[in-house]
Amino acid sequence: MNQQVRGENPKVQPVGSAVIDPGKQAVLLAALYIAQEQKGYLTPEAVERVANRLGLRPGDVYSTASFYTLFRTEPVGHYLIQVCDGLSCYLCDGADRIAGYVGAKLGLKPGETSPDGRFTLEMVQCLASCGTAPAMRVNDQLYENLTPAGIDAIIERLMGEV
Amino acid sequence: MTTWQPILLSRVTQPNSEKIATYLDSGGYTGLRKALTMSPDQIIAEVKASGLRGRGGAGFPTGAKWGFIPKDAPVKYLAVNTDEGEPGTFKDRLIVERDPHAILEGVIIAAYAIGAHRAFVYIRGEFFLGVKRWIKAIADAYQYGFLGKNILGSGFDLDLSVHRGAGAYICGEETAMIESLEGHRGEPRLKPPYPAQIGLWGQPTLVQNCETLVNIPHIILRGSQWYASIGTEQSKGPKIFCVSGHVNRPGNYELPLGVTLREVIYEHAGGVRLGRNIKAVIPGGASTPMLTPEHLDVPMAFETLQAVGSALGTGAVMVMDETTDMVEVVRRITSFFVHESCGICTPCRLGGRRMLDSLERIAGGRAAADELAKLDVLMHGISGLTFCPMGTGMCEPVSSGLTRFRDEFEARVRS
Repeated sequence: MNQQVRGENPKVQPVGSAVIDPGKQAVLLAALYIAQEQKGYLTPEAVERVANRLGLRPGDVYSTASFYTLFRTEPVGHYLIQVCDGLSCYLCDGADRIAGYVGAKLGLKPGETSPDGRFTLEMVQCLASCGTAPAMRVNDQLYENLTPAGIDAIIERLMGEV
Repeated sequence: MTTWQPILLSRVTQPNSEKIATYLDSGGYTGLRKALTMSPDQIIAEVKASGLRGRGGAGFPTGAKWGFIPKDAPVKYLAVNTDEGEPGTFKDRLIVERDPHAILEGVIIAAYAIGAHRAFVYIRGEFFLGVKRWIKAIADAYQYGFLGKNILGSGFDLDLSVHRGAGAYICGEETAMIESLEGHRGEPRLKPPYPAQIGLWGQPTLVQNCETLVNIPHIILRGSQWYASIGTEQSKGPKIFCVSGHVNRPGNYELPLGVTLREVIYEHAGGVRLGRNIKAVIPGGASTPMLTPEHLDVPMAFETLQAVGSALGTGAVMVMDETTDMVEVVRRITSFFVHESCGICTPCRLGGRRMLDSLERIAGGRAAADELAKLDVLMHGISGLTFCPMGTGMCEPVSSGLTRFRDEFEARVRS
Protein backbone atom coordinates (compact mmCIF):
# COMPACT_ATOMS: atom_id res chain seq x y z
CA MET A 1 0.00 0.00 0.00
CA ASN A 2 2.63 2.47 1.09
CA GLN A 3 4.91 1.41 -1.72
CA GLN A 4 2.14 2.10 -4.25
CA VAL A 5 1.44 5.55 -2.87
CA ARG A 6 5.15 6.35 -3.00
CA GLY A 7 5.43 5.01 -6.52
CA GLU A 8 2.67 7.30 -7.76
CA ASN A 9 4.52 10.42 -6.71
CA PRO A 10 7.72 10.80 -8.75
CA LYS A 11 9.23 12.98 -6.04
CA VAL A 12 8.92 10.24 -3.43
CA GLN A 13 11.24 7.32 -4.03
CA PRO A 14 10.94 4.07 -2.09
CA VAL A 15 13.86 3.65 0.26
CA GLY A 16 14.91 0.16 1.29
CA SER A 17 12.72 -2.86 0.98
CA ALA A 18 9.07 -3.04 1.97
CA VAL A 19 9.63 -6.48 3.42
CA ILE A 20 12.48 -6.91 5.89
CA ASP A 21 14.30 -10.25 5.76
CA PRO A 22 14.85 -11.26 9.42
CA GLY A 23 18.00 -13.15 8.43
CA LYS A 24 19.50 -10.01 6.91
CA GLN A 25 18.36 -7.83 9.81
CA ALA A 26 20.11 -10.24 12.20
CA VAL A 27 23.53 -9.63 10.64
CA LEU A 28 23.18 -5.85 10.93
CA LEU A 29 25.49 -5.47 13.94
CA ALA A 30 28.15 -7.64 12.28
CA ALA A 31 27.77 -5.64 9.06
CA LEU A 32 28.17 -2.35 10.93
CA TYR A 33 31.40 -3.60 12.50
CA ILE A 34 32.77 -4.35 9.03
CA ALA A 35 31.53 -1.01 7.66
CA GLN A 36 33.24 0.82 10.52
CA GLU A 37 36.63 -0.82 9.95
CA GLN A 38 37.61 1.28 6.95
CA LYS A 39 37.48 4.79 8.44
CA GLY A 40 37.17 4.00 12.13
CA TYR A 41 33.63 5.39 12.14
CA LEU A 42 30.39 5.00 10.20
CA THR A 43 30.19 7.57 7.42
CA PRO A 44 26.71 8.38 6.02
CA GLU A 45 27.79 6.54 2.85
CA ALA A 46 28.74 3.45 4.86
CA VAL A 47 25.36 3.45 6.60
CA GLU A 48 23.63 3.70 3.23
CA ARG A 49 25.76 0.89 1.76
CA VAL A 50 24.89 -1.40 4.67
CA ALA A 51 21.19 -0.53 4.28
CA ASN A 52 21.20 -1.25 0.55
CA ARG A 53 23.11 -4.47 0.96
CA LEU A 54 20.72 -5.81 3.61
CA GLY A 55 17.50 -4.41 2.19
CA LEU A 56 16.96 -2.16 5.21
CA ARG A 57 16.05 1.51 5.44
CA PRO A 58 19.06 3.80 6.04
CA GLY A 59 17.17 5.54 8.84
CA ASP A 60 16.58 2.24 10.63
CA VAL A 61 20.23 1.26 10.19
CA TYR A 62 21.32 4.61 11.60
CA SER A 63 18.83 4.24 14.47
CA THR A 64 20.26 0.85 15.42
CA ALA A 65 23.87 2.02 15.03
CA SER A 66 23.25 5.05 17.23
CA PHE A 67 21.96 2.82 20.05
CA TYR A 68 25.33 1.12 20.57
CA THR A 69 28.36 2.96 21.95
CA LEU A 70 30.86 0.89 19.93
CA PHE A 71 29.43 2.27 16.69
CA ARG A 72 30.64 5.78 15.99
CA THR A 73 29.24 8.31 13.61
CA GLU A 74 32.03 10.84 14.18
CA PRO A 75 35.73 10.52 13.26
CA VAL A 76 37.95 9.19 16.01
CA GLY A 77 41.71 9.38 16.63
CA HIS A 78 44.14 6.72 15.36
CA TYR A 79 44.52 5.63 18.98
CA LEU A 80 41.30 5.56 20.94
CA ILE A 81 42.13 5.66 24.64
CA GLN A 82 39.19 4.59 26.78
CA VAL A 83 39.55 4.97 30.52
CA CYS A 84 37.27 2.80 32.65
CA ASP A 85 34.92 4.98 34.70
CA GLY A 86 33.59 2.06 36.78
CA LEU A 87 33.13 2.19 40.53
CA SER A 88 35.96 -0.28 41.30
CA CYS A 89 38.41 1.69 39.14
CA TYR A 90 37.34 4.86 40.96
CA LEU A 91 37.89 3.16 44.34
CA CYS A 92 41.36 2.02 43.19
CA ASP A 93 42.49 5.56 42.29
CA GLY A 94 41.62 5.09 38.62
CA ALA A 95 38.85 6.58 36.46
CA ASP A 96 39.11 10.42 36.70
CA ARG A 97 42.67 10.20 38.03
CA ILE A 98 43.85 8.03 35.16
CA ALA A 99 41.99 10.20 32.66
CA GLY A 100 43.58 13.30 34.21
CA TYR A 101 47.04 11.78 34.06
CA VAL A 102 46.71 10.58 30.47
CA GLY A 103 44.98 13.82 29.49
CA ALA A 104 47.79 15.97 30.91
CA LYS A 105 50.37 14.00 28.93
CA LEU A 106 48.43 14.40 25.68
CA GLY A 107 46.87 17.81 26.31
CA LEU A 108 43.37 16.36 26.04
CA LYS A 109 40.21 16.29 28.11
CA PRO A 110 37.86 13.29 27.96
CA GLY A 111 35.83 13.52 24.75
CA GLU A 112 38.59 15.33 22.83
CA THR A 113 40.72 14.29 19.87
CA SER A 114 44.20 15.71 19.31
CA PRO A 115 44.36 18.19 16.38
CA ASP A 116 46.68 15.82 14.48
CA GLY A 117 44.08 13.07 14.77
CA ARG A 118 46.44 10.73 16.60
CA PHE A 119 44.68 10.37 19.95
CA THR A 120 41.13 10.40 21.25
CA LEU A 121 40.57 10.26 25.01
CA GLU A 122 37.27 9.18 26.51
CA MET A 123 35.67 7.66 29.58
CA VAL A 124 33.82 4.35 29.21
CA GLN A 125 31.59 2.25 31.43
CA CYS A 126 32.87 -0.71 33.47
CA LEU A 127 35.29 -2.85 31.43
CA ALA A 128 34.90 -5.91 33.72
CA SER A 129 38.47 -5.42 34.99
CA CYS A 130 37.38 -4.65 38.56
CA GLY A 131 39.70 -7.29 40.01
CA THR A 132 42.63 -5.77 38.12
CA ALA A 133 41.64 -2.11 38.49
CA PRO A 134 42.44 0.52 37.42
CA ALA A 135 42.04 -0.24 33.74
CA MET A 136 41.96 1.43 30.36
CA ARG A 137 41.85 0.30 26.77
CA VAL A 138 43.73 1.51 23.70
CA ASN A 139 41.88 0.34 20.57
CA ASP A 140 41.40 -3.37 21.23
CA GLN A 141 44.19 -3.74 23.78
CA LEU A 142 43.22 -3.81 27.47
CA TYR A 143 45.68 -2.48 30.09
CA GLU A 144 45.11 -3.41 33.74
CA ASN A 145 46.64 -2.69 37.17
CA LEU A 146 47.67 0.72 35.80
CA THR A 147 50.32 2.84 37.51
CA PRO A 148 51.68 6.24 36.43
CA ALA A 149 54.92 4.55 35.29
CA GLY A 150 52.91 1.97 33.33
CA ILE A 151 50.89 4.68 31.62
CA ASP A 152 54.10 6.60 30.78
CA ALA A 153 55.46 3.51 29.03
CA ILE A 154 52.22 2.90 27.09
CA ILE A 155 51.94 6.50 25.88
CA GLU A 156 55.63 6.68 24.98
CA ARG A 157 55.30 3.55 22.87
CA LEU A 158 52.18 4.85 21.11
CA MET A 159 53.90 8.19 20.42
CA GLY A 160 56.76 6.32 18.79
CA GLU A 161 54.47 4.16 16.70
CA VAL A 162 52.44 6.83 14.97
CA MET B 1 37.98 -20.76 56.76
CA THR B 2 35.87 -22.71 54.30
CA THR B 3 37.96 -25.15 52.32
CA TRP B 4 36.61 -25.65 48.84
CA GLN B 5 38.20 -27.34 45.87
CA PRO B 6 37.07 -25.19 42.92
CA ILE B 7 35.06 -26.93 40.22
CA LEU B 8 33.97 -23.91 38.14
CA LEU B 9 37.42 -22.30 38.18
CA SER B 10 39.51 -25.49 38.41
CA ARG B 11 41.38 -24.85 35.17
CA VAL B 12 41.59 -21.06 34.77
CA THR B 13 45.09 -20.72 36.22
CA GLN B 14 46.55 -23.64 34.24
CA PRO B 15 48.71 -22.95 31.19
CA ASN B 16 46.80 -23.35 27.90
CA SER B 17 43.58 -23.63 29.89
CA GLU B 18 41.56 -22.34 26.94
CA LYS B 19 42.57 -25.20 24.65
CA ILE B 20 40.29 -28.15 23.96
CA ALA B 21 43.16 -30.60 24.67
CA THR B 22 43.54 -29.20 28.19
CA TYR B 23 39.82 -29.49 28.74
CA LEU B 24 39.70 -33.08 27.49
CA ASP B 25 42.75 -34.06 29.59
CA SER B 26 40.97 -32.94 32.74
CA GLY B 27 37.85 -34.96 32.05
CA GLY B 28 36.10 -32.42 29.84
CA TYR B 29 33.03 -33.44 27.83
CA THR B 30 32.42 -36.57 29.95
CA GLY B 31 29.36 -34.77 31.36
CA LEU B 32 28.08 -34.37 27.81
CA ARG B 33 28.73 -38.04 27.02
CA LYS B 34 26.71 -39.05 30.06
CA ALA B 35 23.94 -36.52 29.31
CA LEU B 36 23.47 -37.91 25.81
CA THR B 37 22.66 -41.32 27.33
CA MET B 38 19.89 -39.72 29.42
CA SER B 39 16.51 -38.50 28.19
CA PRO B 40 15.91 -34.73 28.06
CA ASP B 41 13.28 -35.15 30.80
CA GLN B 42 15.79 -36.93 33.03
CA ILE B 43 18.27 -34.08 32.60
CA ILE B 44 15.68 -31.41 33.39
CA ALA B 45 14.60 -33.40 36.46
CA GLU B 46 18.22 -33.65 37.58
CA VAL B 47 18.83 -29.90 37.16
CA LYS B 48 15.59 -29.15 39.01
CA ALA B 49 16.58 -31.47 41.88
CA SER B 50 20.04 -29.88 42.12
CA GLY B 51 18.48 -26.58 43.20
CA LEU B 52 20.71 -24.61 40.80
CA ARG B 53 19.60 -21.00 40.40
CA GLY B 54 20.72 -18.62 37.64
CA ARG B 55 24.03 -16.84 38.21
CA GLY B 56 23.34 -13.85 35.95
CA GLY B 57 21.72 -11.78 38.69
CA ALA B 58 18.07 -12.76 38.99
CA GLY B 59 18.62 -16.18 40.61
CA PHE B 60 15.72 -17.90 38.88
CA PRO B 61 15.61 -21.72 39.33
CA THR B 62 17.39 -23.11 36.26
CA GLY B 63 15.56 -26.44 35.99
CA ALA B 64 12.16 -24.73 36.18
CA LYS B 65 13.21 -22.33 33.41
CA TRP B 66 14.15 -25.29 31.18
CA GLY B 67 10.82 -26.91 32.00
CA PHE B 68 8.94 -23.83 30.72
CA ILE B 69 10.22 -24.39 27.16
CA PRO B 70 7.31 -26.12 25.35
CA LYS B 71 8.27 -29.68 24.37
CA ASP B 72 6.15 -29.75 21.21
CA ALA B 73 7.44 -26.50 19.66
CA PRO B 74 9.10 -27.30 16.31
CA VAL B 75 11.76 -24.57 16.59
CA LYS B 76 13.49 -23.52 19.82
CA TYR B 77 16.58 -21.48 20.53
CA LEU B 78 19.22 -21.19 23.21
CA ALA B 79 21.03 -17.89 23.80
CA VAL B 80 24.18 -17.86 25.91
CA ASN B 81 24.50 -14.62 27.87
CA THR B 82 28.14 -13.45 27.80
CA ASP B 83 27.11 -9.80 27.98
CA GLU B 84 28.68 -9.28 31.38
CA GLY B 85 28.32 -5.57 32.17
CA GLU B 86 27.08 -5.19 35.74
CA PRO B 87 29.73 -2.96 37.37
CA GLY B 88 31.87 -5.03 39.72
CA THR B 89 31.34 -8.28 37.82
CA PHE B 90 34.24 -9.97 36.02
CA LYS B 91 33.63 -13.72 36.32
CA ASP B 92 32.15 -14.59 32.92
CA ARG B 93 34.97 -12.73 31.18
CA LEU B 94 37.47 -14.91 33.07
CA ILE B 95 35.74 -18.18 32.13
CA VAL B 96 35.27 -17.23 28.48
CA GLU B 97 38.90 -16.17 28.14
CA ARG B 98 40.44 -19.05 30.11
CA ASP B 99 38.03 -21.99 29.92
CA PRO B 100 35.43 -21.54 27.16
CA HIS B 101 34.86 -25.28 26.77
CA ALA B 102 33.54 -25.45 30.33
CA ILE B 103 30.68 -23.19 29.20
CA LEU B 104 30.32 -24.91 25.85
CA GLU B 105 29.77 -28.32 27.43
CA GLY B 106 26.93 -26.84 29.49
CA VAL B 107 25.49 -25.19 26.37
CA ILE B 108 25.28 -28.48 24.48
CA ILE B 109 23.66 -30.29 27.42
CA ALA B 110 21.13 -27.47 27.90
CA ALA B 111 20.27 -27.41 24.19
CA TYR B 112 19.80 -31.20 24.19
CA ALA B 113 17.56 -30.98 27.28
CA ILE B 114 15.22 -28.36 25.80
CA GLY B 115 15.43 -29.72 22.23
CA ALA B 116 17.10 -26.70 20.61
CA HIS B 117 19.15 -27.28 17.47
CA ARG B 118 20.34 -23.70 17.07
CA ALA B 119 22.14 -21.74 19.75
CA PHE B 120 23.72 -18.29 19.87
CA VAL B 121 26.46 -16.82 21.99
CA TYR B 122 25.86 -13.14 22.68
CA ILE B 123 29.08 -11.58 23.92
CA ARG B 124 29.94 -8.05 25.01
CA GLY B 125 31.51 -6.19 22.09
CA GLU B 126 34.31 -4.98 24.38
CA PHE B 127 35.49 -8.54 25.13
CA PHE B 128 37.94 -8.72 22.22
CA LEU B 129 39.86 -11.68 23.60
CA GLY B 130 36.66 -13.42 24.71
CA VAL B 131 35.26 -13.21 21.17
CA LYS B 132 38.40 -14.87 19.80
CA ARG B 133 38.32 -17.57 22.47
CA TRP B 134 34.64 -18.35 21.86
CA ILE B 135 35.17 -18.61 18.10
CA LYS B 136 38.19 -20.90 18.50
CA ALA B 137 36.41 -23.09 21.08
CA ILE B 138 33.39 -23.51 18.82
CA ALA B 139 35.54 -24.34 15.78
CA ASP B 140 37.41 -26.99 17.79
CA ALA B 141 34.19 -28.42 19.19
CA TYR B 142 32.87 -28.88 15.63
CA GLN B 143 36.07 -30.70 14.73
CA TYR B 144 35.83 -33.06 17.67
CA GLY B 145 32.18 -33.82 16.94
CA PHE B 146 30.76 -32.00 19.97
CA LEU B 147 28.82 -29.64 17.68
CA GLY B 148 27.17 -30.10 14.30
CA LYS B 149 25.24 -33.10 13.04
CA ASN B 150 24.76 -36.27 15.07
CA ILE B 151 26.80 -35.20 18.09
CA LEU B 152 28.92 -38.15 19.37
CA GLY B 153 26.64 -40.52 17.45
CA SER B 154 23.58 -39.55 19.51
CA GLY B 155 21.49 -38.31 16.62
CA PHE B 156 21.31 -34.88 18.25
CA ASP B 157 22.22 -31.88 16.07
CA LEU B 158 23.32 -28.46 17.31
CA ASP B 159 24.76 -25.41 15.61
CA LEU B 160 26.32 -22.57 17.57
CA SER B 161 27.59 -19.16 16.47
CA VAL B 162 29.04 -16.07 18.14
CA HIS B 163 27.37 -12.66 18.01
CA ARG B 164 29.10 -9.53 19.24
CA GLY B 165 27.14 -6.92 21.08
CA ALA B 166 28.27 -3.35 20.56
CA GLY B 167 28.39 -1.59 23.90
CA ALA B 168 25.04 -1.57 25.69
CA TYR B 169 24.63 -2.75 29.30
CA ILE B 170 20.92 -3.26 28.76
CA CYS B 171 21.57 -6.11 26.29
CA GLY B 172 22.37 -8.31 29.29
CA GLU B 173 18.62 -8.22 29.98
CA GLU B 174 17.23 -11.26 28.20
CA THR B 175 14.59 -9.62 26.00
CA ALA B 176 16.93 -6.75 25.07
CA MET B 177 19.51 -9.39 24.13
CA ILE B 178 16.94 -11.07 21.90
CA GLU B 179 16.19 -7.75 20.19
CA SER B 180 19.92 -7.20 19.67
CA LEU B 181 20.43 -10.73 18.30
CA GLU B 182 17.67 -9.96 15.80
CA GLY B 183 19.68 -6.89 14.71
CA HIS B 184 17.60 -4.19 16.39
CA ARG B 185 18.18 -1.55 19.05
CA GLY B 186 18.54 -3.37 22.36
CA GLU B 187 15.25 -2.26 23.87
CA PRO B 188 13.64 -4.70 26.32
CA ARG B 189 10.26 -6.23 25.57
CA LEU B 190 7.35 -6.11 27.95
CA LYS B 191 6.95 -9.41 29.83
CA PRO B 192 4.88 -11.58 29.71
CA PRO B 193 5.15 -13.27 27.31
CA TYR B 194 8.48 -14.58 28.57
CA PRO B 195 11.18 -15.73 26.13
CA ALA B 196 10.40 -19.34 27.07
CA GLN B 197 7.12 -18.85 25.17
CA ILE B 198 7.92 -16.10 22.65
CA GLY B 199 11.59 -15.25 22.28
CA LEU B 200 14.03 -15.01 19.40
CA TRP B 201 12.07 -14.60 16.11
CA GLY B 202 8.93 -15.42 18.04
CA GLN B 203 10.12 -18.90 19.04
CA PRO B 204 10.60 -20.37 22.53
CA THR B 205 14.04 -19.30 23.71
CA LEU B 206 16.16 -20.15 26.72
CA VAL B 207 18.56 -17.38 27.77
CA GLN B 208 21.21 -18.57 30.21
CA ASN B 209 24.24 -17.00 31.87
CA CYS B 210 27.75 -18.48 31.36
CA GLU B 211 28.47 -19.31 35.01
CA THR B 212 25.11 -21.10 35.31
CA LEU B 213 25.98 -23.30 32.33
CA VAL B 214 29.40 -24.21 33.75
CA ASN B 215 27.60 -25.92 36.66
CA ILE B 216 25.59 -28.23 34.38
CA PRO B 217 28.19 -30.89 33.42
CA HIS B 218 29.12 -31.26 37.12
CA ILE B 219 25.47 -31.80 38.10
CA ILE B 220 25.10 -34.44 35.37
CA LEU B 221 28.34 -36.24 36.31
CA ARG B 222 28.11 -36.17 40.09
CA GLY B 223 24.35 -36.04 40.50
CA SER B 224 21.83 -33.60 41.88
CA GLN B 225 22.12 -35.01 45.41
CA TRP B 226 25.80 -34.14 45.60
CA TYR B 227 25.13 -30.65 44.20
CA ALA B 228 22.21 -30.02 46.56
CA SER B 229 24.42 -30.95 49.51
CA ILE B 230 26.49 -27.79 48.87
CA GLY B 231 25.20 -24.40 50.00
CA THR B 232 22.19 -23.31 52.01
CA GLU B 233 18.49 -24.16 52.14
CA GLN B 234 17.55 -22.14 49.06
CA SER B 235 20.94 -21.45 47.48
CA LYS B 236 22.74 -24.55 46.25
CA GLY B 237 26.17 -25.11 44.81
CA PRO B 238 29.34 -23.08 44.45
CA LYS B 239 29.39 -19.45 43.34
CA ILE B 240 32.08 -17.24 41.92
CA PHE B 241 32.45 -14.07 44.00
CA CYS B 242 34.10 -11.17 42.17
CA VAL B 243 35.75 -9.15 44.92
CA SER B 244 36.97 -5.64 44.12
CA GLY B 245 37.45 -2.19 45.60
CA HIS B 246 39.40 -1.55 48.79
CA VAL B 247 40.67 -5.08 49.41
CA ASN B 248 44.23 -6.39 49.47
CA ARG B 249 43.65 -9.30 47.07
CA PRO B 250 40.88 -8.45 44.61
CA GLY B 251 39.86 -11.27 42.28
CA ASN B 252 37.46 -14.11 41.55
CA TYR B 253 36.88 -16.55 44.42
CA GLU B 254 34.82 -19.70 43.99
CA LEU B 255 33.18 -20.70 47.29
CA PRO B 256 30.07 -22.56 48.35
CA LEU B 257 26.99 -20.37 48.69
CA GLY B 258 26.35 -19.53 52.33
CA VAL B 259 29.89 -18.38 53.07
CA THR B 260 29.78 -15.15 55.06
CA LEU B 261 30.63 -11.79 53.58
CA ARG B 262 33.25 -11.43 56.32
CA GLU B 263 35.01 -14.61 55.25
CA VAL B 264 34.96 -13.63 51.57
CA ILE B 265 36.49 -10.24 52.33
CA TYR B 266 38.90 -11.03 55.17
CA GLU B 267 39.94 -14.67 54.62
CA HIS B 268 39.96 -14.88 50.85
CA ALA B 269 40.39 -11.35 49.54
CA GLY B 270 43.04 -10.51 52.15
CA GLY B 271 41.07 -7.93 54.13
CA VAL B 272 40.78 -4.19 53.68
CA ARG B 273 43.76 -2.25 52.33
CA LEU B 274 45.93 -0.40 54.88
CA GLY B 275 44.07 -2.24 57.65
CA ARG B 276 41.21 0.24 57.47
CA ASN B 277 37.62 -0.40 58.53
CA ILE B 278 34.80 -1.15 56.14
CA LYS B 279 32.19 1.52 55.58
CA ALA B 280 30.04 -0.11 52.89
CA VAL B 281 29.81 -3.26 50.80
CA ILE B 282 27.85 -3.82 47.62
CA PRO B 283 27.20 -7.59 47.67
CA GLY B 284 26.04 -8.41 44.15
CA GLY B 285 26.89 -5.74 41.59
CA ALA B 286 26.04 -2.05 41.26
CA SER B 287 22.27 -2.54 41.22
CA THR B 288 22.12 -4.38 44.56
CA PRO B 289 21.47 -2.37 47.75
CA MET B 290 24.51 -1.44 49.82
CA LEU B 291 25.29 -3.11 53.12
CA THR B 292 27.19 -1.88 56.19
CA PRO B 293 29.68 -3.59 58.59
CA GLU B 294 26.81 -4.90 60.73
CA HIS B 295 25.93 -7.22 57.82
CA LEU B 296 29.36 -8.85 57.52
CA ASP B 297 28.20 -12.10 59.11
CA VAL B 298 25.28 -12.52 56.71
CA PRO B 299 25.72 -15.67 54.60
CA MET B 300 26.16 -14.96 50.90
CA ALA B 301 22.99 -16.65 49.65
CA PHE B 302 19.85 -15.56 47.81
CA GLU B 303 17.49 -15.81 50.81
CA THR B 304 19.80 -14.40 53.49
CA LEU B 305 20.81 -11.32 51.51
CA GLN B 306 17.18 -10.72 50.61
CA ALA B 307 16.33 -10.88 54.31
CA VAL B 308 18.63 -7.90 54.98
CA GLY B 309 17.15 -5.91 52.11
CA SER B 310 19.78 -6.63 49.49
CA ALA B 311 20.43 -9.34 46.87
CA LEU B 312 23.07 -11.83 45.76
CA GLY B 313 22.87 -10.47 42.20
CA THR B 314 25.93 -11.53 40.23
CA GLY B 315 28.04 -12.11 43.37
CA ALA B 316 30.11 -8.99 42.67
CA VAL B 317 31.35 -7.84 46.08
CA MET B 318 32.56 -4.23 46.05
CA VAL B 319 34.25 -3.15 49.25
CA MET B 320 34.51 0.48 50.37
CA ASP B 321 36.63 1.54 53.34
CA GLU B 322 35.98 4.23 55.93
CA THR B 323 37.49 6.99 53.78
CA THR B 324 34.94 6.54 50.97
CA ASP B 325 32.66 9.42 50.00
CA MET B 326 29.27 7.68 49.81
CA VAL B 327 27.53 10.60 48.09
CA GLU B 328 30.08 10.35 45.29
CA VAL B 329 29.66 6.54 45.14
CA VAL B 330 25.89 6.86 44.75
CA ARG B 331 26.31 9.65 42.19
CA ARG B 332 28.72 7.54 40.13
CA ILE B 333 26.50 4.46 40.13
CA THR B 334 23.50 6.58 39.13
CA SER B 335 25.53 8.19 36.37
CA PHE B 336 26.23 4.69 35.03
CA PHE B 337 22.55 3.72 34.94
CA VAL B 338 21.50 7.02 33.37
CA HIS B 339 24.11 6.49 30.65
CA GLU B 340 22.92 2.93 30.06
CA SER B 341 19.17 3.55 30.15
CA CYS B 342 17.83 2.48 26.75
CA GLY B 343 15.29 5.27 26.96
CA ILE B 344 12.16 3.34 26.04
CA CYS B 345 10.47 3.76 29.45
CA THR B 346 9.95 7.33 30.60
CA PRO B 347 10.43 6.65 34.35
CA CYS B 348 13.91 5.25 33.73
CA ARG B 349 14.94 7.73 31.03
CA LEU B 350 13.71 10.97 32.61
CA GLY B 351 13.47 9.88 36.23
CA GLY B 352 17.04 8.62 36.15
CA ARG B 353 18.25 11.90 34.66
CA ARG B 354 16.43 13.87 37.39
CA MET B 355 17.94 11.64 40.10
CA LEU B 356 21.40 12.29 38.70
CA ASP B 357 20.76 16.07 38.55
CA SER B 358 19.68 15.93 42.16
CA LEU B 359 22.71 13.87 43.25
CA GLU B 360 25.03 16.26 41.42
CA ARG B 361 23.48 19.18 43.30
CA ILE B 362 23.97 17.32 46.59
CA ALA B 363 27.56 16.33 45.78
CA GLY B 364 28.33 19.89 44.72
CA GLY B 365 26.84 21.39 47.90
CA ARG B 366 24.17 23.20 45.87
CA ALA B 367 21.13 21.32 47.15
CA ALA B 368 18.41 22.74 49.37
CA ALA B 369 17.22 20.91 52.47
CA ASP B 370 14.23 19.30 50.68
CA GLU B 371 16.41 17.65 48.01
CA LEU B 372 16.52 14.29 49.82
CA ALA B 373 12.72 14.22 50.06
CA LYS B 374 12.55 15.01 46.33
CA LEU B 375 14.78 11.99 45.62
CA ASP B 376 12.35 9.77 47.51
CA VAL B 377 9.45 11.06 45.40
CA LEU B 378 11.41 10.46 42.20
CA MET B 379 12.26 6.88 43.15
CA HIS B 380 8.61 6.25 43.91
CA GLY B 381 7.91 7.12 40.28
CA ILE B 382 10.64 4.88 38.82
CA SER B 383 10.98 1.71 40.87
CA GLY B 384 8.89 -1.16 39.52
CA LEU B 385 7.34 0.98 36.78
CA THR B 386 9.52 -0.01 33.83
CA PHE B 387 9.57 -2.84 31.24
CA CYS B 388 12.79 -4.31 32.59
CA PRO B 389 14.38 -4.41 36.07
CA MET B 390 16.72 -1.50 35.30
CA GLY B 391 14.35 1.13 36.68
CA THR B 392 14.23 -0.66 40.01
CA GLY B 393 17.94 -1.45 39.79
CA MET B 394 18.92 2.21 39.43
CA CYS B 395 16.91 3.12 42.55
CA GLU B 396 18.44 0.46 44.83
CA PRO B 397 21.85 2.10 45.34
CA VAL B 398 20.25 5.51 45.82
CA SER B 399 17.63 4.31 48.25
CA SER B 400 20.05 2.15 50.27
CA GLY B 401 22.62 4.97 50.23
CA LEU B 402 20.06 7.47 51.51
CA THR B 403 18.91 5.09 54.25
CA ARG B 404 22.24 3.70 55.40
CA PHE B 405 24.44 6.79 54.96
CA ARG B 406 21.81 9.45 55.64
CA ASP B 407 24.17 11.61 57.72
CA GLU B 408 26.59 11.98 54.81
CA PHE B 409 23.82 13.15 52.51
CA GLU B 410 22.34 15.50 55.11
CA ALA B 411 25.76 17.05 55.74
CA ARG B 412 25.92 18.02 52.04
CA VAL B 413 22.56 19.78 51.74
CA ARG B 414 21.98 23.37 52.88
CA SER B 415 19.99 23.49 56.08
